[in-house]
Amino acid sequence: MAQIFPPVADTCVKLAGIAVAVLVVGGLMVAGGAVRSDWLTRVGVAPDQPVPFSHKHHAGELGIDCRYCHDDVERSASAGFPPTKTCMTCHSQLWTNAEALAPVRSSFTTGEPLAWNRVHDLPDYVYFNHSIHVAHGVGCVECHGRIDRMNRVAKVHALYMSWCLDCHRDPAPHLRPPERVFDLDWQPPADARALGSELVARFGIEPANLDSCYVCHR
Amino acid sequence: MTRPVPRLAPLLALILLVAGCDDPMVDQAKYEAYEKAELFPDGKTNQPPVPGTIARGQLDYFATLRQRPPLTRALVERGRERFDIFCVPCHGRTGDGDGMIVRRGFPSPPSYHTERLRNAPTEHFVQVVTNGYGVMYSYADRVPPADRWAIAAYIRALQLSQDFPVARLSDEARSRLEEAR
Repeated sequence: MAQIFPPVADTCVKLAGIAVAVLVVGGLMVAGGAVRSDWLTRVGVAPDQPVPFSHKHHAGELGIDCRYCHDDVERSASAGFPPTKTCMTCHSQLWTNAEALAPVRSSFTTGEPLAWNRVHDLPDYVYFNHSIHVAHGVGCVECHGRIDRMNRVAKVHALYMSWCLDCHRDPAPHLRPPERVFDLDWQPPADARALGSELVARFGIEPANLDSCYVCHR
Repeated sequence: MTRPVPRLAPLLALILLVAGCDDPMVDQAKYEAYEKAELFPDGKTNQPPVPGTIARGQLDYFATLRQRPPLTRALVERGRERFDIFCVPCHGRTGDGDGMIVRRGFPSPPSYHTERLRNAPTEHFVQVVTNGYGVMYSYADRVPPADRWAIAAYIRALQLSQDFPVARLSDEARSRLEEAR
């Protein structure tokens, strides 16, 4: 009796098996919320860094303004990543023999930048601009959380598009007066929406246009 | 006789599936600020301009540095904001030279409220921000020229706040001062 199935049928069965397994596992991950879990989005997970820099110490305990180091945040898309010289402004005099700062001193003498690991990295098809946000009353805390309480920085939001759109469609409850943008302690008044609506008008924000594709994707 | 190609096919399919997870739209063939750049010998995305380059607006930059702006309330308020960001860590809120970083061991800068600095020209403070002074580094890359003048104007206001004859205060200010005593 001739064979009903050719030898290649074995491969087809195995491939089909893999496809079904991928669909089942993937389906379960979507249904169970695993794809939105902190484990995958890295929320609350601080990456290792070449130097154990503490924002809690510098921004919290010492009270140094965010802009002392991130000095481009008001005029550029990038908040500005401090060069080693900025660290050495103080550490040429303070903790000059500290073992933890050895990579900083080495970077300063060789000119080789410190290779920090990014915490917030948007996909390349998103055009985010820090300066427009801080100029229109979006505080640092709104996206980055209480950086001044973090020894090692981790994301507090997953940076989903839906999360961006929530604010772009209804910015009022998220806005603060311009002089409070860098104040990590600021608490909104009881009626945050009333203040926000006034700020939306003052800054000339047009929520009706803020969820157009081209605002973030160009 | 074994057939190597069909036996490797499931493995190949698996590799293709995993490769699908790497989304080329997420990490496109372009460099973002501060990203590691394989293209350049020093590995930096941010390349210094060719030596001798004059950037657009750079002549204005130097003109602003030489030309003292008119003294306005807005200038002093801008100066206070910038002073609180860049100077307060060492010089302190009132310019006494006892900021938080000094209290942590940084060498104490001179107080602004001395005869020498009261008599120093305003340009002196602009020069110090630009070039640094003693153990103080230059802030030229963080504080643009217009802001250096604003900071200098605010330092003048701070000096006045600590060295003003009580007799010349307004009645209201004088009575508030008496109350505080």
